[in-house]
Amino acid sequence: MSVQRLARSLPTLLRVGFAEAVAYRAEMLVWVLATTMPLLMLAFWTSVASEGPLGRYGQPELVAYFLATFIVRQLTSCWIFWEMNFEVRNGTLAMRLLRPVHPLWAYAVESVAATPMRFAVSVPVAIVSLIAVGWHGAASDPAMWALWFLSIAGAWLITLLINFIVGCAAFFIESSVKLMDAWLVLFFVLSGYLIPIDLFPRWLRTIVDWLPFRFQIGLPVELMIGLHDRSAALALLARQWAWVLVTLVATVWTWRRGIARFAAYGG
Amino acid sequence: MTLRYLRLLVMQLRASLLLGMQYRADFLLDGLVEVFWMGTAIVPLLVAFGARRTLAGWSFGESLIVLGWFTFLEGVLEGAINPSLANVVEHIRKGTLDFVLIKPADAQFLVSTARFQPWRGINVITATVIFVWGFRQLGHAPRLGAIAVAAVMMLGAVAILYSLWILTVSAAFYVVRIDNLTYLFNAIFDAARWPVHVFGPIVRFVFTFIIPLALMTTFPAEALLGTLPAHTLAATLGGAALAFTCARAVWKASIAKYTSAGG
Repeated sequence: MSVQRLARSLPTLLRVGFAEAVAYRAEMLVWVLATTMPLLMLAFWTSVASEGPLGRYGQPELVAYFLATFIVRQLTSCWIFWEMNFEVRNGTLAMRLLRPVHPLWAYAVESVAATPMRFAVSVPVAIVSLIAVGWHGAASDPAMWALWFLSIAGAWLITLLINFIVGCAAFFIESSVKLMDAWLVLFFVLSGYLIPIDLFPRWLRTIVDWLPFRFQIGLPVELMIGLHDRSAALALLARQWAWVLVTLVATVWTWRRGIARFAAYGG
Repeated sequence: MTLRYLRLLVMQLRASLLLGMQYRADFLLDGLVEVFWMGTAIVPLLVAFGARRTLAGWSFGESLIVLGWFTFLEGVLEGAINPSLANVVEHIRKGTLDFVLIKPADAQFLVSTARFQPWRGINVITATVIFVWGFRQLGHAPRLGAIAVAAVMMLGAVAILYSLWILTVSAAFYVVRIDNLTYLFNAIFDAARWPVHVFGPIVRFVFTFIIPLALMTTFPAEALLGTLPAHTLAATLGGAALAFTCARAVWKASIAKYTSAGG
């Protein structure tokens, strides 16, 4: 598998992925509309904060936080696990193995190709957020926005690689879907998706700071609304990319072990 | 006549149970994962009430009662309503609905009872645990009268939920790609986990009169707490009856238009 070959096929793969995203745009719109959770949490937390601010968050900060959560979720969500799980189960993964591009690269490119569409649907929400909260709700330091891009890339990579790891679990166990479910519950609760990390009790915060979840949603959101200064942001970003590295190594390891066991049933 | 349908219901339930018990390990695991999912609803409440004593006029114990009803109804939705109706959509898409229609029983009854997920019964247990927890927080037990009123309210809530679903399925006769809409429906139903007073006035109006989520969890919780005004009870039951009649009429009209897959 040469890098050169991948580079040559990349534009085509991206075009195919993008065409797919465009072809199923109605479905994608329904998916986007079904992302109601940040808005529900927005209503919930602003109601809690109606009597006074919660820690660092007053009502306007909470509105900014959860609208940013919606955008970050759109930009970083990745459901490639379901496709991978399906293909391992019914053996069609064998078809991918025949192709000259590594299956994981193909999945990754397919996933990234949907980003422009996701970006397009996030723009209206971003505009609404700016109208609702105003410019002062967003980070004002331009360097912070550069870090934000890095954090979005990191968050997306962690999400993708975890999709891969749990997808590889399908080689070993039958109930990998339930494993994903369990992961999703932890992700929902600990990533900052439902509850801003700052609101957790101190002991839990310490644990959460070491786990991968808060780097999937919490960090980009916090950078977006300008909650951290530069040095704090850099420290958190370093941890995020450490997690990218860890999940990358774990992905390569589980894939190698898993593919050796793969038998293409009926494929 | 009623007896015949009852017997039919028992048969259908048994078939689903047998099907479910084939995969016993999954049965347990599914239940476990479901209990785990409840954490996503409970943890925000714990954190919020760690900082505040009341939320939009609701104490922690009272909010738990709403959450209990939400858990119960989610069990009904995912265990009895969703699987059956996913089944109908599949029938309509493939044209095999014909085989249901020629059976000598009411088609709506047949399709509505075709499939159950017995392991969703775990939601009833989880809901009971949440109720007990809630009332322990409140420091008193619900009165018997309140329990009776809440049970009646719940019947109304199930009727409304079911009617909304029949309306969605009827739409499948016209637009085939409906499975996506079920996600949307579930996503909206998620809003029923909080007391409706958490939302602003406009959203509250929508959730009371247009997508009646308040009727499904907030009002039954008030009934169980004994704070539900009598006119709300009457209005809810009236609304449920109206929704049910509408759904039945729309179903009849849609099925009359159904021309099988080839048509």
